[in-house]
Amino acid sequence: MKFFINVGSSIINFLEETGRFFIFTLKTLKSIISKWYLKNIFQQMISIGYLSLPVVALTSFFTGGALAIQIYYGGNQFNSEVIVSSIVALGITRELGPVLGGIVVAGRVSAAIAAEIGTMKVTEQIDALRTLSTDPYEYLVFPRVVAGIVVLPILVGFADVIGIMGGWFVGVQSLDFNGSVYLQNTEIFLESNDIISGLIKASVFGFIITMMGCYHGFFSQGGAQGVGRSTMNAVVSSSILILGSNYIMTNLLFAS
Amino acid sequence: MPHKDKKMIEINNLNKKFQKNEVLKNLSIKIEKGESAVIIGRSGTGKSVLLKCLLGLLKPDNGKIKIGDKYIYGKNYQYIGNKEVKIGMLFQGGALFDSLNIWKNISFSALQNKVSEKECKKIAIETLEKVGLNPNVADLYPSELSGGMQKRVSLGRAIFSEPDIIFFDEPTTGLDPITADVINKLILEKVNDLGATALTITHDMSSARTIASKVYMLHEGNIIWGDSVDEMEKTKNEYILQFVNGQSKGPIKIQNN
Ligand SMILES: Nc1ncnc2c1ncn2[C@@H]1O[C@H](COP(=O)(O)OP(=O)(O)OP(=O)(O)O)[C@@H](O)[C@H]1O
Ligand SMILES: [Mg+2]
Repeated sequence: MKFFINVGSSIINFLEETGRFFIFTLKTLKSIISKWYLKNIFQQMISIGYLSLPVVALTSFFTGGALAIQIYYGGNQFNSEVIVSSIVALGITRELGPVLGGIVVAGRVSAAIAAEIGTMKVTEQIDALRTLSTDPYEYLVFPRVVAGIVVLPILVGFADVIGIMGGWFVGVQSLDFNGSVYLQNTEIFLESNDIISGLIKASVFGFIITMMGCYHGFFSQGGAQGVGRSTMNAVVSSSILILGSNYIMTNLLFAS
Repeated sequence: MPHKDKKMIEINNLNKKFQKNEVLKNLSIKIEKGESAVIIGRSGTGKSVLLKCLLGLLKPDNGKIKIGDKYIYGKNYQYIGNKEVKIGMLFQGGALFDSLNIWKNISFSALQNKVSEKECKKIAIETLEKVGLNPNVADLYPSELSGGMQKRVSLGRAIFSEPDIIFFDEPTTGLDPITADVINKLILEKVNDLGATALTITHDMSSARTIASKVYMLHEGNIIWGDSVDEMEKTKNEYILQFVNGQSKGPIKIQNN
């Protein structure tokens, strides 16, 4: 009996949460046709994009390098110059750039957003916004989401270039490749669709990261502990959603 | 009504509960325009909850709230508010925006409505002086001020747009007696000069005596007493006597929350 009560109540919780998230999304989207706080959007672009650049760059440089080594030693070393450069280029632009970039930014940005908005929630700053005739969805949530959608592809664009450079660096430094041949091969194998598909993914990840940060922050409850919990939930849920949606998008974009 | 009294507040049979905790039970109160109402009551009796219902921040379960000539909740208790009435609110915890500096906090509403930064800063500094703060705090951030200073900034933000109705949630707690007096005078001034209606929540009896044109007592979810300060001093009502004199013995029980 207790078992059924538990199962029942967790199903109800799940439905409640889904409904709440759905309404949250609708209210955020409604901001499209209301007031745009351009200054806030700009500020968020700086803090989401520009300040994430170093971690994203480091991650993708080392990933590109490691990938080059794996392919070289793991595969047939015959014709390796072509194979390494092409697989690094495709792997980075299609999958690793957006996914790793997304996950790294998720850790940094959705946590920061959830903590900031969560603190505003528990210290009644969100209530205060409302009493000053400012809609918190328009003022807080929408600018972050727009910034995420715009800035993530730019970040991932950088990550693509730097990741390929990581592969190139390792190729030239330790695998004795010819640098300019490597880059030529990259250019031959890489198609604009590979890059564009990665950037589309990045945009979706930007939406997920910022929405999760805002949503969990917005419904924080009960002081510092509550804010800590929503920060954790924001990171976990955005990471899982990035991986899941990446799988779906890869299917849609490539399995045709 | 022959003409609209946009500064009036009327609450009828308001109910609000959280899960099983019934906080407000059939609460009714009418606050006339230009009145400076003070609500007293023990900690946790629902005074802040009442204000939040008036502001549309918490949804009532039942009852009617009218501000000016409009009911502020529509179907299914959807908050609609009354756009014609400007309302200011001082939150119990201050609720300053910690990412904005002091003058931007104070002039927040004007800044969002395309008033120039220069103009906003100028009025913000005048407001700082009114609440007894040195203008050189204008460029600091809330975390750089003491608790009492934050409270005053918060008060400045609440009165910045010269509201028709102002809610003060414990404006003087945490302030020294001299500053508390400055704040009390300021509240009085707002009510008298602007003809604003004020609703103040306080535990501070000397503040209540200074600012109230009428005192109400909230107990167990209801307004159980409401009259002028003079009557409060004379009354034999045991609840009021116990509260005003701050005694643990009396009809108000300690263990009820
Ligand atoms: N958001 C909320 N969720 C659940 N319960 C709440 C919430 N807000 C207030 N309460 C409960 O409502 C009751 C009244 O709270 P309220 O903050 O209105 O007290 P108060 O009269 O303002 O007290 P104080 O003088 O200490 O500020 C308390 O029992 C509190 O636990
Ligand atoms: Mg309170």
